[in-house]
Amino acid sequence: MSTTTLTAPIRVNTAGVHTRPSLGRLVAVELRKMVNTRAGFWLQIATVAITVLAVTVRTVVGDAADHTFGSILEVGLKPAAVLLPVVGILLVTSEWSQRTGMITFALVPMRSRVLGAKLIASLVLAMATLAMGVTVVAAGVLAASPGVDGTWSDIAPLIGQSAIYLGGGMVVGVAFGAIVLAPAPAIVALFALPTAWLAVTSLSFFGDVGPWVDTGRALGPLSREVVDGTQWAQAGTSLALWMLLPLLIGIWRITRREVAV
Amino acid sequence: MIEAQALTKQFGGRTVVSDITFRSEPGTVTGFLGPNGAGKSTTMRMLVGLSEPDRGEARILGQRYRDLPNPGRRVGILLDASAQHSGRRGREALAVSAQTMGIPAQRVGEVLELVGLDEAAARRRVGEYSLGMRQRLGLAHALLGDPEVLILDEPANGLDPEGMRWMRGLLRGLADRGGTVLLSSHLLAEVEAVADRMMIVGDGRIQAQGTRAELLTESATIVEAADLATLDAALLSAGLATHPADGDRRLVEADPEVIARLAMANDVVLRRLAPAEDTGLERLFFELTTGGGSAPSPNTVSIHPELTGALA
Repeated sequence: MSTTTLTAPIRVNTAGVHTRPSLGRLVAVELRKMVNTRAGFWLQIATVAITVLAVTVRTVVGDAADHTFGSILEVGLKPAAVLLPVVGILLVTSEWSQRTGMITFALVPMRSRVLGAKLIASLVLAMATLAMGVTVVAAGVLAASPGVDGTWSDIAPLIGQSAIYLGGGMVVGVAFGAIVLAPAPAIVALFALPTAWLAVTSLSFFGDVGPWVDTGRALGPLSREVVDGTQWAQAGTSLALWMLLPLLIGIWRITRREVAV
Repeated sequence: MIEAQALTKQFGGRTVVSDITFRSEPGTVTGFLGPNGAGKSTTMRMLVGLSEPDRGEARILGQRYRDLPNPGRRVGILLDASAQHSGRRGREALAVSAQTMGIPAQRVGEVLELVGLDEAAARRRVGEYSLGMRQRLGLAHALLGDPEVLILDEPANGLDPEGMRWMRGLLRGLADRGGTVLLSSHLLAEVEAVADRMMIVGDGRIQAQGTRAELLTESATIVEAADLATLDAALLSAGLATHPADGDRRLVEADPEVIARLAMANDVVLRRLAPAEDTGLERLFFELTTGGGSAPSPNTVSIHPELTGALA
């Protein structure tokens, strides 16, 4: 090792020593952690690449009259809707599976602040991904068939709804990660549970309950059409069940659990 | 300053740390010595709030760790060098923590140089690191915030002899500037070479603590006899603590004169009778951490390898 040693006297009053890291700084750190690992980096690249591919295919095939912004947006956001929750899962579970929690929670002992920063960071990434998706979709529309009637109709409400579609899905991922704390089972649960749930709630016994408790059916329309009051209510109830509930249980668990035993 | 007051922790009904109380003063290096599984790591995790004690309390720099506003700037921690994301590059792993603590990115380069990780090593992903490189990265991480307190769990693990010497110099230097250092090890030699005070833990308890001199008040003697069985019987009946040493020797916790008189009274011819002062601390460590070592029976567990070496 280097023969250098520390020779400066111990100091205790340097700027920053007695200042708590701000929430903004913690959010920036969590954003950085989402993209500075091998898996995180390639997930971002894959999201962009698959979005471009999906929009390209969608604008090449089919009837040009059908190439409205809304119809292409539905396809263009699907890759992000699938991959963002995985990023959210890894954001939480890596602290346990990679045991970095021993560092993270030693530097920021108040674990709820770390979780808050992770939630905000995941929403920031979801919105950045939405901006990327909207840009790619708009470029696709302009390149393929700019002259179609009503192409740009309802663009503002559709983008607003899509923000909830992607943001909600992202937080569902964070919540699943927080409740399971291991990446593989969390990812399996994220994709398998809604399908199994759909099978159950489709039974006639459940009648019309399905759309109220199923994120697939409740959130799907958000990127497709301008939704009405009932659909908003269904999105709300299904997000409460799949996002809020696991998130609360996960936060309760993480703030109490021993780190990396 | 590190203070632990009656720290106690149970896992699944088993007490892994029991009533641990100690105090590490500024300007000193404290060695936390004990075999694997003695409760050292759990105690250290409780000091920094990663594990919640069932009873007792820990304070660092006069506060509970979790009440320190920016703990990374005052307390450097290395609890497990493997606790780094395997898909992150070494430099980036440090940069993330530097950003969290709010220190300039150039500090990352400084500590990397300090621990001897070159640019090529810093660019590699931590998953590709050897044990020694992870340990250096872990030390770099502990030093990142230029802390006045260091808490290091088995820091010498995986370091070569040169690296160990360097680390001892670093810890000594920090203590001499008024810092507080707590380091753990399962190897006596590592702790003995740098620590001002030592705590010997076994079975989750502090079995002994003090300076080297304080821990070495007892004397011991190495004995070799023609008739070992008679000697053993005599030592046993006299109630002297006896340990098997290499060959047909015995390490006895008594002055040479006591043993000589005992041998004379029992008509045992001694081939060798010599004080074993240097092995005192090792014997103490061995005894305190294996339990049952003080029973006067030559047929107990074989002697600690280090002790055997010292006697040869």
